[in-house]
Amino acid sequence: MSVNKNLKILIVDDFATMRKVIRNLLKQGGFENVVEAEDGLAALKILKSQQVDFIISDWNMPNMSGLELLKAVRGDDELKALPFLMVTAEALKDNVVAAVKAGVSNYIVKPFTAEVLNEKIEKIVKSLAA
Amino acid sequence: MDVRFINPFLNGTVQVLKTMAFVEPKAGKPFLKKDSLARGDISGIIGLTGSARGSLALSFSESSILKIVSNMLGEEIKTLNGDIKDAVGEITNMVSGAARKELETLGFNITAAIPTVVAGKDHSISHVLGGPSIIIPFETPQGPFVVDICIGSIAGQ
Repeated sequence: MSVNKNLKILIVDDFATMRKVIRNLLKQGGFENVVEAEDGLAALKILKSQQVDFIISDWNMPNMSGLELLKAVRGDDELKALPFLMVTAEALKDNVVAAVKAGVSNYIVKPFTAEVLNEKIEKIVKSLAA
Repeated sequence: MDVRFINPFLNGTVQVLKTMAFVEPKAGKPFLKKDSLARGDISGIIGLTGSARGSLALSFSESSILKIVSNMLGEEIKTLNGDIKDAVGEITNMVSGAARKELETLGFNITAAIPTVVAGKDHSISHVLGGPSIIIPFETPQGPFVVDICIGSIAGQ
């Protein structure tokens, strides 16, 4: 089964450059339908105003962290089923456990290649469709 | 400074630049730096605390960082703009993360602060411990950069 490359993906990261980097890596995997938010609060606004199919969020952000965003998404009846990929700079055990408990679909540790990122997305989407 | 700290930062730097920017830097021989002058045009600095304490800086020549960030973004960047500053902070963060992961296997549990970025000719690097620091020089086809570390283990490690 092939994954729909027209998925609308929301990238959440406080660094504009990192959003661009992720956008560039997604493009290499054929995902070009992308929207961006600079933190969890901005992401929630987008999620409430337009349809998004997949969330890729940084962990460390001001205002609302990736973990807080994940909890808000999972606690919202309209959004709770959305696939959520967490991006972290380090795979600290406590962070991973907290993210799994909060219902993260998967996580990815920086640095990562386009191949690894796109494989993670495809794996999550396929597991949801199964 | 404990020599066990050198390889994790060296390996982390190569891993990050190879993975995110498709640049394979060649490391030179590390040496001691006694002054605070940066060895590049733009530097990312990050504080480290935990079972070891200190700071890590990455100082890039303009030519090397323009190529690195252009590769990361998939678009050509010609001047040291805001994208470059953001990217230097993010690269510093990622190198710190990769190095700390390796240091964890040596028994060091280290956390990092938020990176800061300084640019300009002859800017200085203020290490948390004051110095001296170890410089690991790197060469890329577009120019040099250095990893500048000043870190010490806390008693008992």
